[in-house]
Amino acid sequence: MISESSFGYVADLLRRETAMLCEPGKEYLVEARLLPLARAAGQPDVDSYVARLPLDAAERDRAIDALTINETSWFRDLAPYQAFTDHMLPPLLEARAATRHLDIWSAACSSGQEAYSLAMLLQESLPDGWTARIHATDVSTSMLERVRAGRYSQVEMNRGMPAQRLVTWFTRVGSEWEVSPQLRSMVTTSHLNLAAPFPPMATFDVVFLRNVLIYFDMDTKRDILRRVSTRTARDGFLLLGTSESSLVVDEWTREQAGRTWIHRPHGAGTLAPSRSAAGTAVPLASTGA
Amino acid sequence: MHALIIDDSRTMRRILRRTVADLGFDATEAEHGQEALDHLEDGLVPDICLIDWNMPVMDGYTFVTKVRADERWRGVTLMMVTTESEHGRIVKALAAGAHEYVIKPFTPDAIAEKLELLGLVPGEVPA
Repeated sequence: MISESSFGYVADLLRRETAMLCEPGKEYLVEARLLPLARAAGQPDVDSYVARLPLDAAERDRAIDALTINETSWFRDLAPYQAFTDHMLPPLLEARAATRHLDIWSAACSSGQEAYSLAMLLQESLPDGWTARIHATDVSTSMLERVRAGRYSQVEMNRGMPAQRLVTWFTRVGSEWEVSPQLRSMVTTSHLNLAAPFPPMATFDVVFLRNVLIYFDMDTKRDILRRVSTRTARDGFLLLGTSESSLVVDEWTREQAGRTWIHRPHGAGTLAPSRSAAGTAVPLASTGA
Repeated sequence: MHALIIDDSRTMRRILRRTVADLGFDATEAEHGQEALDHLEDGLVPDICLIDWNMPVMDGYTFVTKVRADERWRGVTLMMVTTESEHGRIVKALAAGAHEYVIKPFTPDAIAEKLELLGLVPGEVPA
């Protein structure tokens, strides 16, 4: 098991570089994430590997990448995506009728399942003549490379991907599945540390900021939510993770949309009753017989 | 909720039984498609069938076509759980009437997420 001093160094490194919390009790996780890197670097154990990190910036980046990877799945938790098609798209299609374009932010996008899930829904929902761009950001450069590659293992494809969408939007390449060029052209990527000041960015109509705030302390969470509000259209929407939606920050109001909560900038008004985009229901799953 | 698990591997049936049991399902097992059809003819009404493709006596694809051709079993949800991973195979199973498709190997989470997609297990409730 990783020593107390090595764990302390790693926790400080994560806190300093990403503001993420790595509290006692997570030693097993650090060990599991860093052991493959230690072996790849020819080190006998994680402690020896950690001892090298202060002297090797590239290896520190690799360690941070490994420690900030989150498990993810397609259409994770379902309800946020249902809220997206049923509660967010209809008012946005009315409000953006002049430009016929939507900008979506997948913050902390990990390996891209969220961004491509949204791309699929948009392809299936947007009326003819509309365009959409999904901006995927993450603190991990290796994860961003994976998003750009758009290739997923069989095990990853099993995680929540409806079979009909699999055969519609992916092709088999060797043992992996590759996302279609049509979806990939909708997704752009850039490196972004949520805890640091944001670089110049577009204003987004919808922000997915799910299952990442849990890694930050309360002050950082509030700061991130305040800064996200400055990058969200006044009539836009924010979606947080299931366990994060009880956070209250002055800049946001919260309302229920189906089986999840959505957040709107103060003064954005309230939602009209649910209806699907373009008047057409977009099922998230195969329907029963 | 009840699952009919159709696979010629006893180990795979055991793994699937344990997986769906954790999600609140009872289960009946069959070693091939014909045995599964016999269960249905005897009056078993499963909420879902988890179906391997390659089995002796009757394969999973044939089982799907026979179930879909019979009005009595219109309400039964069908999910392939198989090593068959080619794009064309998935298209063929869906066209025959399978609702979902899981490729082996799988994790228990993958089964749970598919059952949630199919509306057979509840998702998380907002806090």
